[in-house]
Amino acid sequence: MIRFIVKRLAAGVVLLLVISLLIFVGCEMLPGDVAQIMLGQSASPENVAALRAELGLDQPAPVRYLAWLWGICHGDWGVSMTSRQPVSVMLSERLSNTLTLAGLTTLVSVPLALLIGMVLAVHKGTRLDRVGTIVIVGLCATPEFLVATLGVLVFSIHLRWLPAISYVTPGSGVLTLIKSMLLPLATMTIIVTAQLARMTRAVVGNILTQPYVETARLKGAGSVRVITVHALRNAIGPLINIIAMNVAYLISGVVIVETIFAFPGLARLMADSVQARDLPVVQACAMIFSASYIGLIMVADIVAKLFDSRKEPGASA
Amino acid sequence: MMPHQTPTLFKSLFRPTLLSVVVALLLLVAFVVLAAPLLPLHDPDAFLSSDGFVPPSGEYWLGTDFLGRDLLARLLSSGRVTLGMALLSTILAHLIGDTLGLLAALRGGWFDAVVSRIVDVVLSVPKIIAGLVVLAVTGPSLVAIVVLTAVVYAAGVFRISRALGQDLIAQDFITVARARGEGNRWLLFGEMLPHVVMPLTADFALRLSFAILFMSGLSFLGLGVQPPMADWGGLVRENLDGLQIGSWAPIYPALSIAVVSVLLNLFVDGLQEREKKEGGV
Repeated sequence: MIRFIVKRLAAGVVLLLVISLLIFVGCEMLPGDVAQIMLGQSASPENVAALRAELGLDQPAPVRYLAWLWGICHGDWGVSMTSRQPVSVMLSERLSNTLTLAGLTTLVSVPLALLIGMVLAVHKGTRLDRVGTIVIVGLCATPEFLVATLGVLVFSIHLRWLPAISYVTPGSGVLTLIKSMLLPLATMTIIVTAQLARMTRAVVGNILTQPYVETARLKGAGSVRVITVHALRNAIGPLINIIAMNVAYLISGVVIVETIFAFPGLARLMADSVQARDLPVVQACAMIFSASYIGLIMVADIVAKLFDSRKEPGASA
Repeated sequence: MMPHQTPTLFKSLFRPTLLSVVVALLLLVAFVVLAAPLLPLHDPDAFLSSDGFVPPSGEYWLGTDFLGRDLLARLLSSGRVTLGMALLSTILAHLIGDTLGLLAALRGGWFDAVVSRIVDVVLSVPKIIAGLVVLAVTGPSLVAIVVLTAVVYAAGVFRISRALGQDLIAQDFITVARARGEGNRWLLFGEMLPHVVMPLTADFALRLSFAILFMSGLSFLGLGVQPPMADWGGLVRENLDGLQIGSWAPIYPALSIAVVSVLLNLFVDGLQEREKKEGGV
């Protein structure tokens, strides 16, 4: 088991290094000189040369890649090309906002989705299942911005209950904070819950058709007992994997939702920086998102392995 | 596939099942979007009223957009952009993914190993993040968007077609064909392809809905199709301010995306249901 964990960790680190290299090389291919762009066309050659030296652009690319990587490991993400602020300062407040939004979404949607998925799986083939499945499939195929715009139209414009834009200013009361987060949170929760419930239904439905579940039923176990004792234990592995996979939906959802509600989060920062072509910020955001994605999938793999009763513990994958 | 299945397929398409209704609706959407220039509609680019967000009326069925252009005409013309680009990139994704996937299953060895590792890397980056980085570098050109979408989804297609291919390789008819001395090209197109057409069709429809959502998302962020051209995602973005005055202008394009995407998903579900019933390949 320890060997598996070490192997999986190493694979994750290698993957992250490859991705960092891709991000770096990709941004290298950008036409034009960064220092020239920053200073504008009218800048004197001396100034441009000075800035190039200051940014370390006069170094060869491999050296700059290693310097960038070294900086990341020490929390130094470079300097923004548009605001001239250290990227780490720009990241810190945004990161906590996005983490709050993503964390709360996970906290609400995971239990909700597991419950819905299991109920549908148990009642497979009934009218409840059919209606529920159509609703879920519909929601899975719905873009975030439809849910979000309908939410704004109903709750902020017609009912005037919630603000359409969530400016989270430090020092505002808890109630304002909750109110301004409610619509983004609801949008994210609806989308993620639907995805997760759809997969939960499939996984649990599959397990319920297995012979050992049939045996448990024949021995007289009630459906609650069958689900909790027999099916769930074997579903934990695949379910945890699915939850981790849903982080992908969470990430793409977060980009759209933060834009609609002008929520000051990391994804919004990244989308803005792409438009401004502020590469150090784009690189930093891409690395954070990729690292969290890879990290979560890795943890999910390890946990799934821990709960997999079919394979012998210690056997390598 | 057994010969007696053809009449069932034919019949089942014309029986009023959910599947045939879904197919009919998809064809209707395609027809309306394609025939839009021939329909008696306003010019999608003409500024018809001096105010933006005119409410729906007999003159403007869905009202006007933020610049006073007819929303219905714009909805249909931008639908052509959305569906056209998504279709193009999904076709590309399948051409790349299926060829590489089946070849990897057939040849194995270093080819399989190398392509599989590349696909692992592509799949380990969230798609929207990969998209943002690529578009930050290339800028939002139509070619960049289509190629980006194709490559991002080709990775998933590769996984599926490789798995399908590996299932086939283990079966006798491939071994027999190999023993007959058939080359890789015949094995690929003559023996394997006919057996994976159905599952790959289902995957194609699913990927198409993903591609529509992905491209609309990029355009919504202002990184996809650029004005004056617009797709459905761009239409949502342009008219987002209308929400503040209660206009439905951003809702219609968002709803269109949802409708097409739901129809495609129902199509896939119906296809798989039918496969199961008839115990297909």
